[in-house]
Amino acid sequence: MKFKKFLYSQKTAPYVFALPFILSFVIFWIYPLISAIVMSFQDIGAVTADWVGLKNYAKLLKDNVFHTAVINSFEYMLFTCALLIPFPMLFAVLMDSNIVKAKGVWKAMLYVPALTSVVISGTLFRLMFSEYRTGQMNVVLSILGMAPVKWLKIKWTSEIALLLLCCWRWTGVNMLYFLSGLKSIDKELYESAEIDGASFGAKLRYITLPLLRPTTIYVLTISIYAGLAMFLESFMLWAGNSSPHNIGLTIVGYLYKRGIEKNDMGYACAVGVVLMVLGLAINFVQLGLNGSFQKEDR
Amino acid sequence: MAVRASSKDRRGMRARRLVGSVLATGWFVFLSLVVFFPIFAGAVASFRPGVELIRRGLSVNLDVSTMNLNNYNYLFSGNADSRKYWMWFRNSMYLTIVTVVLTLLICYFVAYGITMYEFRLKRVLFFLVIATMMVPFEILMLPLYREIISMRLINTTAGVILPGLCGASTIFFFHQYMSSLPRELLDAGRIDGANEYRICVGIMLPITKPAFSAMAILCAMGAWNNMLWPLLIYRSADRFTLTIGLNTLLTPYGNNYDMLIAGSMLAILPILAVFLLFQRYIIDGMTAGAVKG
Repeated sequence: MKFKKFLYSQKTAPYVFALPFILSFVIFWIYPLISAIVMSFQDIGAVTADWVGLKNYAKLLKDNVFHTAVINSFEYMLFTCALLIPFPMLFAVLMDSNIVKAKGVWKAMLYVPALTSVVISGTLFRLMFSEYRTGQMNVVLSILGMAPVKWLKIKWTSEIALLLLCCWRWTGVNMLYFLSGLKSIDKELYESAEIDGASFGAKLRYITLPLLRPTTIYVLTISIYAGLAMFLESFMLWAGNSSPHNIGLTIVGYLYKRGIEKNDMGYACAVGVVLMVLGLAINFVQLGLNGSFQKEDR
Repeated sequence: MAVRASSKDRRGMRARRLVGSVLATGWFVFLSLVVFFPIFAGAVASFRPGVELIRRGLSVNLDVSTMNLNNYNYLFSGNADSRKYWMWFRNSMYLTIVTVVLTLLICYFVAYGITMYEFRLKRVLFFLVIATMMVPFEILMLPLYREIISMRLINTTAGVILPGLCGASTIFFFHQYMSSLPRELLDAGRIDGANEYRICVGIMLPITKPAFSAMAILCAMGAWNNMLWPLLIYRSADRFTLTIGLNTLLTPYGNNYDMLIAGSMLAILPILAVFLLFQRYIIDGMTAGAVKG
């Protein structure tokens, strides 16, 4: 009876509600996170785990394949941020103005790629970027009077394929983020700017961009993580985790290769820790430069 | 004179607006066509033998005389392959439904606790929810995989679902939504003699329905298309979902492309249907993350 009273009291209730999160946080977040760091200092066999100190990290420093993976992931992240922020933002601004007709249709159409799983979209793109003369992209090239290209065997053409796949999947999603950000901007601001005779460009620069900042920072933050941690897109585009001269290998791809395919968990965890440090560092710098921390202090 | 000039101006403005409207709408028509193209190409290719995809790659060929329904007939034929495909389909459905129901309920309760009460750990818990968003899942993947093995949950749906059950973005969205609900309702419920849990389920849950719709669709999309984690956890072929199953068809020499291309097109349909039914909620659902930044 006493216990029941305790359980039903207003003081206990929030903890009962939050209990699943607390459990999940401890079991499925903190514990694996600490394990990842611990494992990265170990050599893990079938039953044994031997401490090897910094050996895994020393090996990473000399591992050229890992360096290729880091460079690939980094490039991919930079390009996706450069493509998937300004363009979706512009499309959202355009769509938010009342000159576009049948908005709902275009919003839905642009969102559809996000509904397809990577297996399907990656396979469709792989076959469209086929090296044969009859693949869609080579058909386009031949219309433009160019020779067919072995898209997925050359570094920079495969980068194009990968980026197109990524833009195809996420442009609609990011546009919706910006549209929802635009929704929260007070329309009266535009009206009073119009009375003052502000041009479209001036309104964009002095009202839209500054007020979209929280959305932009949010999209940038998740894009940095998603870009650095990209794996399945490349996995499906090359129909497996190996590509000629590792042109499609990413950090997570290497983590998967070492940890799952070669069962070298300790080394793979070191790869994961490097990825985490890279992601956190870049985002901290980015958020710092954008002044996000000051805002919270205020 | 002045009047005439201004009416001319206005006509000019209207013409400019019309041109602008046509150009802007035309741009989105173009963009939509480009975006729809790969799926269209896949759909067209699904009416031809899959071996053509291996020999020729994918391109749009609208010659109807060479198209047939063989791939789809094969999928519905009831032979071993088609039974396998529909098993993947069922497994995906099952995984999606269980994931959506459990995730929404649990995230609702967690968000309710964090939002509706003032208690000592409130801010700490909220901070931790946000913190879990700051580490990509892929980093935790290997230790989690070992953990699931040692918990004997490998090859089970529980092993696939449990780690993602308290999704930070879902909790965050419910929190955002509930922050705008009047807390007086809680007190009213208390005066009526309802206990804390009854208030949560009986009074607050019904008025949170719009948030459930928004999260249901995003959660369903994630579960239906989830690949990496189920790929690690599901070991036996009778557990495979569509994403893993279709992936097994990707052997370079196999003649499985008949099934792959037709099966891929069919796999898009259920989630597309859900999307079309609930799409107006999506934008609300996505406002969630973007608000705070």
